[in-house]
Amino acid sequence: MRKLLATFALMLAMMGPVVAVTPEEILPNPQMEARARDLSAQFRCLVCQNESIDASDAALAADLRKIVRERIVAGQSDAQIKKFMVARYGEFVLLKPPFDTSTLLLWGTPVLVVGLWALVMLTRGRKAASEPDVPPLNADEEASLARLVESGS
Amino acid sequence: MIVEIGHFALILALALALVQTVVPLTGTLTRDASLMAVAAPIAIFQFVLVTTAFLALMYAHVVSDFSVANVYENSHSLKPLIYKISGVWGDHEGSMLLWIFILASFGAAVAVFSRHLPNDLRANVLSVQGLIGAAFLAFTLLTSNPFMRLLPAPLEGRDLNPILQDPGLAIHPPLLYLGYVGFSVTFSFAAAALISGRIDPAWARYVRPWTLIAWIFLTLGIAMGSYWAYYSLGWGGFWFWDPVENASLMPWLAGTALLHSVSVMEKRDALKVWTIFLAVLAFSLSLLGTFLVRSGVLTSVHAFASDPRRGVYILAILVFFIGGSLALFAWRASALKPGGIFAPISREGGLVLNNLLLTASCATVVVGTLYPLLLESLTGQKISVGPPFFNLSIAPFALILVLSMPVGQLLAWKRGSFLGAAQRLMFAILAGIAAALIMAALHGGPVLAPIGAGLAIYLIFGSVVDIYSRVFARGATSATALARARGLPRAAWGASLAHAGFGLTLLGLAATGWGVERIVNMAPATTYALGPYQVIYDKVEHRKGPNYDETYTTMRILDDNRLVAQIEPSKRFYPARKSETTEAGIKTLWLGQVYVSIASEKLDGTVDARLYWKPLVSLIWLGALIMALGGLVSISDQRVRIGFARRAGAARAKAGLQPAE
Repeated sequence: MRKLLATFALMLAMMGPVVAVTPEEILPNPQMEARARDLSAQFRCLVCQNESIDASDAALAADLRKIVRERIVAGQSDAQIKKFMVARYGEFVLLKPPFDTSTLLLWGTPVLVVGLWALVMLTRGRKAASEPDVPPLNADEEASLARLVESGS
Repeated sequence: MIVEIGHFALILALALALVQTVVPLTGTLTRDASLMAVAAPIAIFQFVLVTTAFLALMYAHVVSDFSVANVYENSHSLKPLIYKISGVWGDHEGSMLLWIFILASFGAAVAVFSRHLPNDLRANVLSVQGLIGAAFLAFTLLTSNPFMRLLPAPLEGRDLNPILQDPGLAIHPPLLYLGYVGFSVTFSFAAAALISGRIDPAWARYVRPWTLIAWIFLTLGIAMGSYWAYYSLGWGGFWFWDPVENASLMPWLAGTALLHSVSVMEKRDALKVWTIFLAVLAFSLSLLGTFLVRSGVLTSVHAFASDPRRGVYILAILVFFIGGSLALFAWRASALKPGGIFAPISREGGLVLNNLLLTASCATVVVGTLYPLLLESLTGQKISVGPPFFNLSIAPFALILVLSMPVGQLLAWKRGSFLGAAQRLMFAILAGIAAALIMAALHGGPVLAPIGAGLAIYLIFGSVVDIYSRVFARGATSATALARARGLPRAAWGASLAHAGFGLTLLGLAATGWGVERIVNMAPATTYALGPYQVIYDKVEHRKGPNYDETYTTMRILDDNRLVAQIEPSKRFYPARKSETTEAGIKTLWLGQVYVSIASEKLDGTVDARLYWKPLVSLIWLGALIMALGGLVSISDQRVRIGFARRAGAARAKAGLQPAE
């Protein structure tokens, strides 16, 4: 049994880094490392379901984290690194999609909903203001009112 | 044999659901009371049959009957009993059966607790409920039958996905489904109102408890799911804007809007059209969520296209119910007479703003979740919509919502005074600003953290201003204060509690900004500082669990050399599925948590670990619990208590009066 567990432990150890951001990856410069973490959180792990490379255990994510850090060390700006990632992997890699024609509706939805609401409220408010609250009298009521007025005078 | 009985019961339930759909509706259309009266007993009998089916599947799981395909796929003879039971809903087929079981339970509950309803309303509600049941029973029997047999029967099962072998599975899906499916009742009420073309404050009073029940369960379900993800994923994230999570958030947002809208309708006879629309929306979004999760469309658009049977069926259900109810809505909504009028600055106006913000957030989440799927299937272009998008686009709505929540509570019905409300909130506003400044000075951190904390403090204090001022108004002795506190409507207490709970959640979220993270290679007997504490890693060992092997480490948490706690973060390996899970070591200290998860063990005896100090993090979920508690208190309000309406109905009947519906 002990032997089995030992082999198992060895196997685990040999599998190497299996979890997001390992100690070896971390940059010595804390500012650069913070930038790397921020950037990594914005790139999608391409083989995972909706996970950033910062949070993913996948080998590909580890490679991408390494690329991000190498480029930061090489002195590239965030924008340059993003551009490089998009050129290499397409816009799919960005967890925050860029604002362009194909994402117009996506980014526009919050504004659109609020705008529509405001429109509905305004038109209804105006209608309510212009319309009297009480429905106008019908013919019968007009007649009985007239009778009352007459009999009263 | 028992499995076959279950299978047969499910088929019979489908037949009954169809009868439940057709007969009562025919009764209301032809004004035949005896046909209408059929609805309730059928709903109860359908529940009995579905329960039989559910228990039969559970039995097969508990005795590890691997001749049932569903058990073979998801169970293992060595699996602990609790996971054999919760494993019933660990996969697609079982989840659908749980869904149906809860639906049938709600149907029976409506049948039992709605004796006081007008006959035709009750019949129509149960008829719609039957139709929903029939659609899902047919779906399950035709495409996802959990009772399929295997021949020859395998000797051992393939075990449940290890990530699901967790108490979370026993709690989270049932709570979530109780929430999802609970909104089917409000949906049925809305559809029934549209069918009859009649809706009034009494309708709102019938609907309100059901809305609250669904909302409470959904709140708890989401919170539980979030905590489960937090402790099991190994790095302490608790919300990922994952489509599966969004699927549960969408109906929650719509349901929260509905909850507020219903109360306006009940008290002021206003916002009728909105209330009906939100009732339709909340359940439609529950269905959409079910479609997203159950059709496989999320894994990839292609997986959906290659095996479209289930997906297309659920899509058909979705289109039928959403399309049908919206068509009914468009046709009938104009017949609903608008009720009481109100000034923009009033309680009603505040609740309209609440509806706007919640539905706009909801629309944002819906579009953000569906957009990549639609874009890919229409143009082939692949984009990702992830956390950065949602955080950015929801934040403005959340901000306005938080600022306006306490104000709305203090406005009078019909016409309120904004200045008056602001004046009464002065203390809360000052407390919020002070908290933000103090936290910024003490802890610094990202700008959003102190701002969020300030907002949270404002919200917490602001939520109780109304109650406080009503209880401790001029000349209150402790006795009168107590009497007044008792005298206040429970619904007011509930609203205050729920709002304050939201404030607590917000405070927990804000405090994540002050968290400490360390990713280190830990050497034995070395002290690692972690926020206000120190962590010492002692040793790594192995042990065997019932159906897994575990590598666990022993660590001590110290507070200046004083031992506070011991934790055992570990990794488990499940041989049956050859997969691994991370079990974080978590210690709650005050309201914060020390969270340690190990990544890999090195040959030199060190371990790679992630250490977190998460101040106030437990407030995120405690806040949700308090929100749910607020809902519960609100249900207990005499005004909405189901029995109250029944007694009132009985009193009316005694007096020989027609209900003024």
